[in-house]
Amino acid sequence: MPTLTINGRSLSVDAANDTPLLWAIREQLQMTGTKFGCGAGLCGACTVHVNGEAVRSCQTMVGDVAGKKITTIEGLSAKGDHPLQKAWIAEQVPQCGYCQSGQIMQAASLLAKNPNPTKEEVVAHMDGNLCRCMTYSRIQKAIMRAASEMRTASATSSERRPT
Amino acid sequence: MNKHVKNVTAEATDLSRRSFLVGTAATGLVLGYAGVPGIYPAAAAAPANFEPSVWYAISPDGLVTVTCGKADMGQHIASTMAQIVCEELGAKWSDMRVALASNDPKFNDPVLGAQITGGSWSTMMNFDAMSRAGAAGRIALTEGAAAAMGVPASELVVRDSVIVHPKSRKQMSFADVVKSGKATKTFTPDELKAIKLKTPDQYTMIGVSVPQLDIPSKTNGTAKYGIDVMLPGMVYGAVVTPPVRFGATVKSVDDSAAKKVPGFIKAVTLDDKTGTTSGWVVAVASTYANAKKAAQALKVAYDNGPNAKLSSQSLLDEAMRLQKLEDSGQFFVKDGDPVAALGSAAKVLEAEYTTSINIHAPLEPMNATAEFKGDILHIYSGNQFATRSGAIAAGAAGIDPKFVVMHQMWLGGGFGRRLDADMMIPAVQAAKAVGKPVKVIYTRENDMTMDFSRPLTYQKVKAGVDGDGKLIAISHDVVSAWPTARWGIPDFLTPSVDKKGPLDSFTVNGADFFYTVPNHYVRAIKNELAHNATPSGQLRSVAPGWTFWAVESMIDEIAAATGKDPAEFRISLLDGAGKNDGGAQRLRNTLLAAMGLSGYGTKQLPRGEGMGVACVSSQERATASWTACVAHVAVAPSGAVTVKKLTVATDVGTQVHPENIRAQVEGAALWGLSLAMYEKATLKDGGIEQTNFDSYTPLRMSQTPEVAVAVIANGEKATGVGEPAVTVVAPAIGNAIFNACGARVRALPITAEAVKASMKA
Repeated sequence: MPTLTINGRSLSVDAANDTPLLWAIREQLQMTGTKFGCGAGLCGACTVHVNGEAVRSCQTMVGDVAGKKITTIEGLSAKGDHPLQKAWIAEQVPQCGYCQSGQIMQAASLLAKNPNPTKEEVVAHMDGNLCRCMTYSRIQKAIMRAASEMRTASATSSERRPT
Repeated sequence: MNKHVKNVTAEATDLSRRSFLVGTAATGLVLGYAGVPGIYPAAAAAPANFEPSVWYAISPDGLVTVTCGKADMGQHIASTMAQIVCEELGAKWSDMRVALASNDPKFNDPVLGAQITGGSWSTMMNFDAMSRAGAAGRIALTEGAAAAMGVPASELVVRDSVIVHPKSRKQMSFADVVKSGKATKTFTPDELKAIKLKTPDQYTMIGVSVPQLDIPSKTNGTAKYGIDVMLPGMVYGAVVTPPVRFGATVKSVDDSAAKKVPGFIKAVTLDDKTGTTSGWVVAVASTYANAKKAAQALKVAYDNGPNAKLSSQSLLDEAMRLQKLEDSGQFFVKDGDPVAALGSAAKVLEAEYTTSINIHAPLEPMNATAEFKGDILHIYSGNQFATRSGAIAAGAAGIDPKFVVMHQMWLGGGFGRRLDADMMIPAVQAAKAVGKPVKVIYTRENDMTMDFSRPLTYQKVKAGVDGDGKLIAISHDVVSAWPTARWGIPDFLTPSVDKKGPLDSFTVNGADFFYTVPNHYVRAIKNELAHNATPSGQLRSVAPGWTFWAVESMIDEIAAATGKDPAEFRISLLDGAGKNDGGAQRLRNTLLAAMGLSGYGTKQLPRGEGMGVACVSSQERATASWTACVAHVAVAPSGAVTVKKLTVATDVGTQVHPENIRAQVEGAALWGLSLAMYEKATLKDGGIEQTNFDSYTPLRMSQTPEVAVAVIANGEKATGVGEPAVTVVAPAIGNAIFNACGARVRALPITAEAVKASMKA
């Protein structure tokens, strides 16, 4: 039985190695925040992090992620208060909401590496994530807001550091 | 006005719900739950709640839970209903909660008499009922508080869930009153009707962009959609669908390879007496991954049936053949004598407009979970038409609809797709066959190839102008599959003006525009071939999504042919004469607003760029939200079109939630853009060729232009916003392309090749 390291916990799943990670997360672990959209890596609804990289869990097999650090929307923050999640609420981004776990996970992998993205960088990074309600402009605004807040927070914390 | 927007009696409505059911005895009380024990134990266990109305309950801790009878597919209608209740109730917004209704008829739409979500109807048709429900609660709580405090009710003030007696400074919270048990007043329908509601100047909630109640759960993965339902002992179903969209039958199923898949339980060939599906098999297994593997391993032999040779071209050829027949179709509009007027016109313009098959493709693939518990069939699925879908599920199970309980979920996109109940049939029949709860999930390939799509449409429009360049006649033939006729519900059809029987007005709405044209006919022609081969559905904005493509393109063509500015020409036609009084003026004002906001006629544009206008009365004459668009495009010499900006103005009467209206209008406008430029499905050998988002390609972030939205709230009754802006964008873009380079496109989606070809012509 493969063991997954997911959201900081070690969990064994009753799934063959060639099972898409998506279904192991949703059915075996009953973490349903990660969504099935296309099964072909074309929509981004199933995006999770593996060792900090955004991947499509529908295209990632359970056998390939053993021992790697997996993060889902449920594990992005302790209380749903990651700066992106707060920005998503502040900008009132979601309509149906189905794609938004994937959007947030995709955006989080950008901001982890690039705290000050340009609009073009945001678009290039997010273009693989479909939103059928077409909330794209609010997604962009929320990413920019979160980036700004994260920069402010890190500036504040680095200012404090010398004291 | 169509019949469905009138108040219908419960009895007539209930009977009509039955008429689509094939082979089921129509006896007994339809969808009557009162006598079925054990359905609502939760309600029975909470006697301390105060429930002044079926629409909400206030618990002893003061939380107000509004039950939304509408499907919430991202339009935040549940939150909107709570907001309308909250306004009159006088509750604090942070005390408001929402719950999603079951299919109990007590949650039926107060105007439609059924549970159906569509038409951009929800706010306009529930505003009054929710307001009265809220006000009734406030009155009951106030009287209860008055009794408890020993003061006259007339001296009490309600604000933020607190009832205050200013003179004595006594106060009670809603929670205190509920706990006291003194809120006992009930209302008869007449008493409810007699309640004096607030006037708009007294509003403190309506018109405020409060935080939507559902949004936090959609940022942390906790919102539960149909696909997220987990029941004890549940197994999974994956469907195997035939190569043709409709009409196939299963000849044989060989499950020898599937039996080697771990966890495989059974292959079930559907016996669908509702006629919703044809030739489907469902593979049931312990997990969805295993069910999919088993589905792939099944060897199913089909008779592909009568539609196996049809293509998009053959559907179009048939449409053109039908249009040429003088006696086909029925008249939706017949004013004056268009044939004679066209005969005597100084100039006649003639054009054909087409739209392709389009797929809903909500991001949550179709799914349903079915569980038989005692006599009751429980269905868990996000659905837009619980009244009909519950009966379809009953038909699949072979039981009376009154024994079906629909558990509504958040919808991962609806757009009209979830008006249908096809996904419930494999879940029900698999659950019955294996004796366990079954969750069926479509693959994206199932979802796309078995969509109840927007039908392929063909429209022929002729326009006549007299010697002074005045528009005197329009004839407009609309040929398509009839999506709403497929429901078989007479209330949703419209009598034809030539008394040739009912027609599906959801194929021609919008063609009955507000322009003054003395001689005007609109003929609705059913393309039976397309109707059978590509069972169609209601795709966000429905008929106005194609009728305004034709009307608003042709108006532009007439303006060009008579040397007039297309916006000024529209304004001259919106004179408000006769039956167009009121609506025409509102539409004119909306057009002016869009022109002003976009800088139409005031900006010098570079070569190769242009602006185009369109204005629409979507969705229906009786339910219109007046909407106009100015599209700004750049056209390359290759014919490639870049949409630089869309400016949309919409008159919604009363705005409940300004930010939500903007979000809906923007989303709708981008849907319009997506349908105009990026989405095309095709039929080949009876099957839909596009199977996933690599070949069916809705708008992505990189293709999204700036969208400017102006909302006109002029105090008229609240209208809908989910759909109208979809319909105005394609013609505005087509007209902008003409303005930019002189190329006229008449087929959706617009391609660079078509633009280039028209440039040369």
